[in-house]
Amino acid sequence: MDGDICATDTATTPPDSDPARKRRVHGMLKLYYGLNEEGKTVDQAESMNPCDINGTHFDPEVYLNKLRRECSLGELMDQESCMVKQIRSLDSDMQTLVYENYNKFISATDTIRKMKNDFKKMEDEMDCLSTNMAAITEFSAHISGTLQDQHAQITKLSGVHTLLRKLQFLFELPARLNKCLELQAYSQAVSSHRRARCVLQQYSHMPSFRGIQDDCHAIMDKLAQELRQKFRDGGSSAEDLSECVELLLQLDEPAEELCDKFLSHAQSRLEANLRGLEAETDILEFIDRGCNEFVSSLCLVIASYQELFVNRPQEGNLASKDIPHMAIGKLHAFVDALATCYFSLVERRIQEEKSVGDNSLLVRALDRFHRRLQAVAKLLPGSAVPSQGTEIVVRAARERIKQYLAALQSFYLDSLRDVRQALAAPRLATGKDAPASLPELLSSLSASILNQIKSVLASVHLFTAKDITFSNKPYFKGEFCSQGVRESLVVNFIKFVCQSSRQFCESAGDRGGSTPPALLLLLSRLCLDYETSTITYILTLTDEQFLVQHHSPVTAVAALCGEARGAAQKLLNHYVKVQGLIISQMLRKSVETRDWVNTIEPRNVRAVMKRVVEDTTSIDVQVGLLYEEGVRKAHSSDSSKRTFSVYSGSRQQTRYAPSYAPSAPMDTNLLSNIHKLFSERIDIFSPVEFNKVSVLTGIIKISLKTFLECVRLRTFGRYGLQQIQVDCNYLQMYLWRFVSDENLVHFLLDEIVGSTAHRCLDPAPMEQSVIEVICERG
Amino acid sequence: MEDDAPVIYGLEFQIHIIDFDDENNIISKSVLQHQAGEIWHISASPADKAVLTTCYNKTSESRVVTCGAVWRMPPEWESGSHESPDDPHNSHNPQNLELLCHLDNSSHGNASCVLWEPMGDGKCVISLADNHALLWDLTESSTQATISSSATLEGKGQLKFTAGKWSPHHNCTQLATANDTAIRGWDLRTMSQIYCIENAHGQLVRDLDFNPNKQYYLASCGDDCKVKFWDVRNINEPVKNLEEHSHWVWSVRYNHSHDQLVLTGSSDSRVILSNMVSISSEPFGHLVDDDDLSDAEDNHQDEKTKEPLQDSIISTYEEHEDSVYAVEWSSADPWLFASLSYDGRLVINRVPRALKYHILL
Repeated sequence: MDGDICATDTATTPPDSDPARKRRVHGMLKLYYGLNEEGKTVDQAESMNPCDINGTHFDPEVYLNKLRRECSLGELMDQESCMVKQIRSLDSDMQTLVYENYNKFISATDTIRKMKNDFKKMEDEMDCLSTNMAAITEFSAHISGTLQDQHAQITKLSGVHTLLRKLQFLFELPARLNKCLELQAYSQAVSSHRRARCVLQQYSHMPSFRGIQDDCHAIMDKLAQELRQKFRDGGSSAEDLSECVELLLQLDEPAEELCDKFLSHAQSRLEANLRGLEAETDILEFIDRGCNEFVSSLCLVIASYQELFVNRPQEGNLASKDIPHMAIGKLHAFVDALATCYFSLVERRIQEEKSVGDNSLLVRALDRFHRRLQAVAKLLPGSAVPSQGTEIVVRAARERIKQYLAALQSFYLDSLRDVRQALAAPRLATGKDAPASLPELLSSLSASILNQIKSVLASVHLFTAKDITFSNKPYFKGEFCSQGVRESLVVNFIKFVCQSSRQFCESAGDRGGSTPPALLLLLSRLCLDYETSTITYILTLTDEQFLVQHHSPVTAVAALCGEARGAAQKLLNHYVKVQGLIISQMLRKSVETRDWVNTIEPRNVRAVMKRVVEDTTSIDVQVGLLYEEGVRKAHSSDSSKRTFSVYSGSRQQTRYAPSYAPSAPMDTNLLSNIHKLFSERIDIFSPVEFNKVSVLTGIIKISLKTFLECVRLRTFGRYGLQQIQVDCNYLQMYLWRFVSDENLVHFLLDEIVGSTAHRCLDPAPMEQSVIEVICERG
Repeated sequence: MEDDAPVIYGLEFQIHIIDFDDENNIISKSVLQHQAGEIWHISASPADKAVLTTCYNKTSESRVVTCGAVWRMPPEWESGSHESPDDPHNSHNPQNLELLCHLDNSSHGNASCVLWEPMGDGKCVISLADNHALLWDLTESSTQATISSSATLEGKGQLKFTAGKWSPHHNCTQLATANDTAIRGWDLRTMSQIYCIENAHGQLVRDLDFNPNKQYYLASCGDDCKVKFWDVRNINEPVKNLEEHSHWVWSVRYNHSHDQLVLTGSSDSRVILSNMVSISSEPFGHLVDDDDLSDAEDNHQDEKTKEPLQDSIISTYEEHEDSVYAVEWSSADPWLFASLSYDGRLVINRVPRALKYHILL
């Protein structure tokens, strides 16, 4: 129907049909969802429209007029037929509705009629019921009225019965208690007594009750006595003891006394444990036993003690308020005293642990020790025991580091002794070419020291392993790593190496070179290696293994390296001195012991000079094994052949001749002085560099300077001078190759020949060609 | 000011007497001929400034012998010394020394040095000859010398005294000698050894000197480049070591009045003046005598004792071009010293003024 209206609407007002429809749809939706405004107006508009055939305000006249006015005849016709059609369909719809609902009306009418009948019947039955109920009420009131008196009597009787029962309990109490006592059912006795106690107290003014109370008291005293006896005997187990204590407490025994007794009892047992400990030898067993026996029974004691005295529920007047407080105080004192004994034992035992071979045993023992103490910490939160235990561990660790340092030091000294023997042994066997294995000795020494350090570090590292309980203590995280391991152990060891090396220089210097020179050389190289790489390596290794979180100042690598370099320098200087001295002594003896005035014409180079060259060569080989070549100044084209005799001869003329002419002393040394002004001053015993050339230069300088000074103390004949010329030429031929600056050798040899000429009675120098012939023949 | 005791040094066959005029900084010299031979050691009599002893080499055709002799300088040298130093006339006509007597020791070997009795009357000398120490008595005029006693060093090998020093302490009854690396003390009354410092130096001991103010203190130097200070009551360890020279130390001398000043000369051509306060007789600086103390000085002294004095090297003198073989303090002016090197150069130096005032005040 609605659709039809719409159709008419569209037909009549086609232009705005679409929005209108939309609006209607909207309107309905809005209406449905409770929105108004637009929808409302539309609704109103619709409903108020008199032309709306479905609206309530439909006015047929208006509608008709409107149609008539607006529509053509055809349209009117159509409208009419449409209307007729609609009316017809509406009629048929109405008829169908009526038919459908008719049956329902009829059945409803039937039902209503039936209900009317039923209600009438029910009313009758309800009346009957109410009369019956009235009768019942009446009867009941009657019965209760009759029973009233008897009930009161029964109640009274039952009360009396209870009282009598209680009285009986009271009267029987002494006997019962006695029986309990005989059967040793103490707890039952105590609970019985506790039940009666208040009553007896209350009625104690009555003589009979008083008697009972006295009896009970006597019995309970006896019982308490027995309990105490049992408690004192100590043979019983911890559980028994606890029971005893509990009963005694219930009997109003003074808690303090009980605490003391309990503790003293426990103490005797624990002390027995401690005594047993002293016999143990193995550290791990010792600690194990200490943990299993002493610490665990200590824990047990603490636990049961706390159970008994501290954690008791407050029971009225039984437990006065300060019992837990007092009990805790006593417990602390007790635990502290025992722990002190235990700790002193442990510490003594740990101190006996001197062998540094296997650290893991000690660490494991300490770990166990520390771990078990944590149980005490848990049981007794405020106790100082765990922290003391930690301190013991810390002390043990410190002690251990010291021992390791000592072990490292002695290992180092032992290795040095081995090296020394190795250096000495082949010398005895095969003569002077002993140090053939010098580099191997050095590398094996260096490697063995490094290995030892590594193994020590590994041992010490056990202290900080993750599964060790004390490794997360602040000491082991910080100070142990930085101050302990790094400073006390590693740095101190390196310092020790440097210092002991230095001592070789000092002690050997005055006591005639007891240290073999090769060892000095080797140590010097060792120290130098330490400076260049080993120290850095060791410290890096240490820092890596022991992640140092502690920010205390530590010795810098550079400082240690400086120290090592200083030691290396000193050793090398000393080596030069010692070797120089050996050669010097040969030269000195050779100059001092000869009669230079009456010597024969030189035919050969003296053997000692050959020996000097040989020794220098072997030193060169020795040093070359450990040190690099080093730089030397460029050689002249024919270094070995350089003729210095001509030069010295000419100088000798100027220097020497006027010394016989006393008239012009001022001119005597003019030339040599001028010469010296322009040549550099030579430091004889000066520090050398870390290379072969520098070392040999130092040795040769010392030797030649000695030669020079010795020559100046002697007087020479003609042939003496010539012999020196030959010797110097020989030295010149062989020594130039060893030194950094050959001019140095020339200068010193010139000085020697010059000084000899100066000291000569008959200075007639030898021809250079003859000298060369002699030297080459030699 | 004219120096009372001129510095003397020897060059072969001549003795030069150097006068140093401190005020005008003028050096003048007189030359005396020593015809007997080249001089190895020289020392002046403490009693008579004209008398001196020398040890000299006497060379015959085939052998060299070292002898000792007592000489008198001719009286004219003093007038000559006043001439200007560059007067050539003076050195052209050198005068000869007058021989007083030979210290004849042909039976005892070569004399290495002759020592006068310190502060004595010039009648006692000791000569060290090879391994003998000989005590000589001189007559009044020093014209005759007789051996009064002698000591001999016994041992393995050829032992030889290299240096010696007559101690000014203990009433001049002690002598210290050096042979090889050992230092020995002798009692002159019995001519027996009192102490022996074996291996006093790593190598040869070159020179000795007694502390003039501390009777048991002795300085030694040697080929190990070290100078060592000894307390002869404890000879196991030296009291102090000095290692400043880079070659053999040939000479060591205590200042005669301020024994903290020690002079050393070495064949590294250096002379080093050190201030060894800690082992001197004035370890806390100059102490004013009690009598002289006013209150103000008292405070001053207290301050001084508080500040610790450090041993130090005062200065190193590098004027020499060759080995320095002798150093000596002036006997007249305690702040003046001379050193002599191989090339014949004599250098006279003063103690730095600042130090001088520091010591004095």
